[in-house]
Amino acid sequence: MKASATAWTHIRRSPYQAWAAILSMFLTFLVGGIFGLTSLSSFYILKYFESKPQVTVFFSEKAGETEAEKLNTALVETEKVSSTKFVSKDEALSIYKEQNKNDPLLLEMVTADILPASLEVSAKDPRYLKDLEPIMKNAEGVEEVVFQKDVVDTLLKWTDAIRMTGGIFGILLAINALLTVMTITAMKVALKKDEVEILKLIGASQWYIRFPFMLEGSIYGVIGSTTAFILIMGLLLWGRMALLSFVGMIPAIGVVIENPFSSAFILFSLAFYCILTVIGAFLGGIGSYVALIKYIKFK
Amino acid sequence: MIQFDHVTKKFGANTSALSDLTATIENGDFVFLIGPSGSGKSTFLRLILRDIIPSFGEVTIDDWALSKLPDSHIHLLRRKVGMVFQDFKLLPDRTIFENIALGLEILGKSKSEIEKRVMDVLELVHLSNKRNSFPQQLSAGELQRAAIARAIVGGPQILLADEPTGNLDPDTAWDIMQILDEIHSLGTTVIVATHNVGMVNHMKKRTITLKQGMLIQDEAKGKYHTTERAKHTKEKHD
Repeated sequence: MKASATAWTHIRRSPYQAWAAILSMFLTFLVGGIFGLTSLSSFYILKYFESKPQVTVFFSEKAGETEAEKLNTALVETEKVSSTKFVSKDEALSIYKEQNKNDPLLLEMVTADILPASLEVSAKDPRYLKDLEPIMKNAEGVEEVVFQKDVVDTLLKWTDAIRMTGGIFGILLAINALLTVMTITAMKVALKKDEVEILKLIGASQWYIRFPFMLEGSIYGVIGSTTAFILIMGLLLWGRMALLSFVGMIPAIGVVIENPFSSAFILFSLAFYCILTVIGAFLGGIGSYVALIKYIKFK
Repeated sequence: MIQFDHVTKKFGANTSALSDLTATIENGDFVFLIGPSGSGKSTFLRLILRDIIPSFGEVTIDDWALSKLPDSHIHLLRRKVGMVFQDFKLLPDRTIFENIALGLEILGKSKSEIEKRVMDVLELVHLSNKRNSFPQQLSAGELQRAAIARAIVGGPQILLADEPTGNLDPDTAWDIMQILDEIHSLGTTVIVATHNVGMVNHMKKRTITLKQGMLIQDEAKGKYHTTERAKHTKEKHD
């Protein structure tokens, strides 16, 4: 009998054990997959904010280009500024429209008047920002000074927390899945004790005896990870519009989730599926292998 | 060639299953191992199969010193050595064909090759009509023939049989011995552990007699009847 047929027979003959292993794998990959995607997204979000100007100076409603020009001159005189860019109310409206093009309701309610003009400033060295801060804050017509560093730092804290929580949960669930597969393999070996003994006596190689059990473990991993993948992708598609409004402006994310029929989305899905199933097959196979080392002795 | 060189096998500190046994079995021999229960016959066979290793001494098959054989090579030895067990050791959830085919599947043979070879050995053991039966549907004699078929299907150089007629009536036992003799005539070394003295005497083959783990007699042509059995009978009468 071929190894795959043997593995399938093992699964068919003990469905409850198979379900336990698959469920355990499913939960592991569901949580692992969600945290993995969140981590990946947060990485791109961070990158996006890091690539933005270091400081944005927002002007009050009545202030505009004149005030911005004065501030610009003051900043350039310090010789600590590498670049500045003035964003007028109209330009701010264009940017807003681009970011919210998928939500016509938001566009209807906004006009250029209610958006502030701003000056984007990048220092030659981030350490100069401290010196530049009083100049910007005390300048005429300035309403708010937003340091990108603060945003990045906050994001960094969040992403670190997400990674840490996800990592711990992922590892715990992976250990749980591994132990479940090991226990189930041990039970299967006990059930097949006579068969294993006969196979050993008639000259079956270690690989010939072990492989169907390992394949069985891998099948649990692949089924568990595939079902988790389907659910995660379902959730992603379901919440796509909401996600687009939050993080759609980030190119790496927006281009993927904007259109579920785009090649970017299909490639991303394939890569994600391959990663999950390869890890699933490996986790299931290794769980079985560890149990086999312990419970089937060749000597 | 199978060589036992001063082999001692102990189970625990005080139980010696074999003591300082030296014997040689040439390729193509047919050897009966006889002796009372606990004399070490099964231990002798298990040592050849490398199911156990000697406490002292060495068992050698051709160039392989079995106690030094790596675990990863044991299966290669067992492909050279077929074993027939008294309790048959057939898998109950597989047909007779599938049970026998197992011996070829482990060798990675093709489906057509398996089909042909299994049918050949089923014919040899007169079980062609039982290929699709399950073990529980067969008589003890048929089961033993199926077990022999599985042991020889891979073409082993050596065939070991541990009490192959232990559970069988005399006629069926005789059939089994005839089959073993036929296998021997094809060039296989056959070693049979048995209590069936009548059979041993009738077959007139080399007979190794064990008692309390020691080799007490090694006769070329089944002289057990004229020497050991007479001695046993005499001891009994005395």
